[in-house]
Amino acid sequence: MKLKQLEGLLGSIQQFSNPKIDLEQYPTGPHIASRMLYTAENSFGDVSDKVVADFGCGCGTLGLAAGLLGAQHVIGLDIDDQSLEIASINADDLELDMNFVQCDIKNFRWRDQIVDTVIMNPPFGTRKKGADMDFLSVALKVASQAVYSLHKTTTRDHVKRTALRDYNASSAEILCEVYHIQLICSFASIFCVYPYIIDNISRIHSILLFFMVN
Amino acid sequence: RENEQRARKRKMRLLTHNMLSSNIKGVANGFPLRIEVEKVVEKQVDFNADFLKNMFAKIEWKALVDASRSMGYSELPGDANPAMLDSDDFLQKFHHALLELHLEEGALVCPETGRKFPVNKGIPNMLLHEDEV
Repeated sequence: MKLKQLEGLLGSIQQFSNPKIDLEQYPTGPHIASRMLYTAENSFGDVSDKVVADFGCGCGTLGLAAGLLGAQHVIGLDIDDQSLEIASINADDLELDMNFVQCDIKNFRWRDQIVDTVIMNPPFGTRKKGADMDFLSVALKVASQAVYSLHKTTTRDHVKRTALRDYNASSAEILCEVYHIQLICSFASIFCVYPYIIDNISRIHSILLFFMVN
Repeated sequence: RENEQRARKRKMRLLTHNMLSSNIKGVANGFPLRIEVEKVVEKQVDFNADFLKNMFAKIEWKALVDASRSMGYSELPGDANPAMLDSDDFLQKFHHALLELHLEEGALVCPETGRKFPVNKGIPNMLLHEDEV
């Protein structure tokens, strides 16, 4: 599948109708999602025929991209049932078999080593401090091959260092830097109530990190 | 809306079940979860022998056999070894159990506490209550 086609398909899916601020719900735009998965597959072979998990899947964008690129089995995990409902609809619309589990990543128990690749756009930790690192720690335990994750540029060194030192990553590379332009639009409607959120998010640049598991 | 009118088949594969464990505080071994079936769906998926051969080493075999039996499929042998992967017949059965049987409605039950994690529209709810964390 060509990148443009993938991006187009991802652009057609439903997104959050009432994003929950406390869960840091915002869509992973089709531009970022398509490039993230395209790189994971074409540069590293981590998608097609693999078992892929999307942590904090929200409306399912990343997991669906994995399915479109030929992942054999995709599981989306999220704490919020409304998001999972939307994600299920999106999977149906794209005629993809995607499994979903409602859970809290922090206390979720998996049997190790079945999942090959974890992909995620985790909460950045602007609402619940350390949420991004919680997600990363679990991801690196669960994935047997690789983790692809988005993080705030300002946390870059901390994330790399912690992953290598504490979370069993054998390598941590930055694949690209992206601007979340879409975020400003998503939260424009609640600007009056949460001005500091707008401020934070409008200046976020995030980096796509790729971790290989030890 | 068109969405609501379409019959949506949401499902959970046994490959997913083979990874899930009860995460309740104090439970020593929460795997495998017992399956309570209310509705099973079968859906054909393309056969991929290489994928199956890779998965064989990672799958907990007995858990898959028990799960498939509770879903109404009893073709899997109780014991399996890698030599069986040469048999197309075995691979087809493995393929069917792992990827084509889906739990749509029912529950996953903790083997130690009996606590039920409901499965609705193919999505298991593994969220814990406050006293279980």
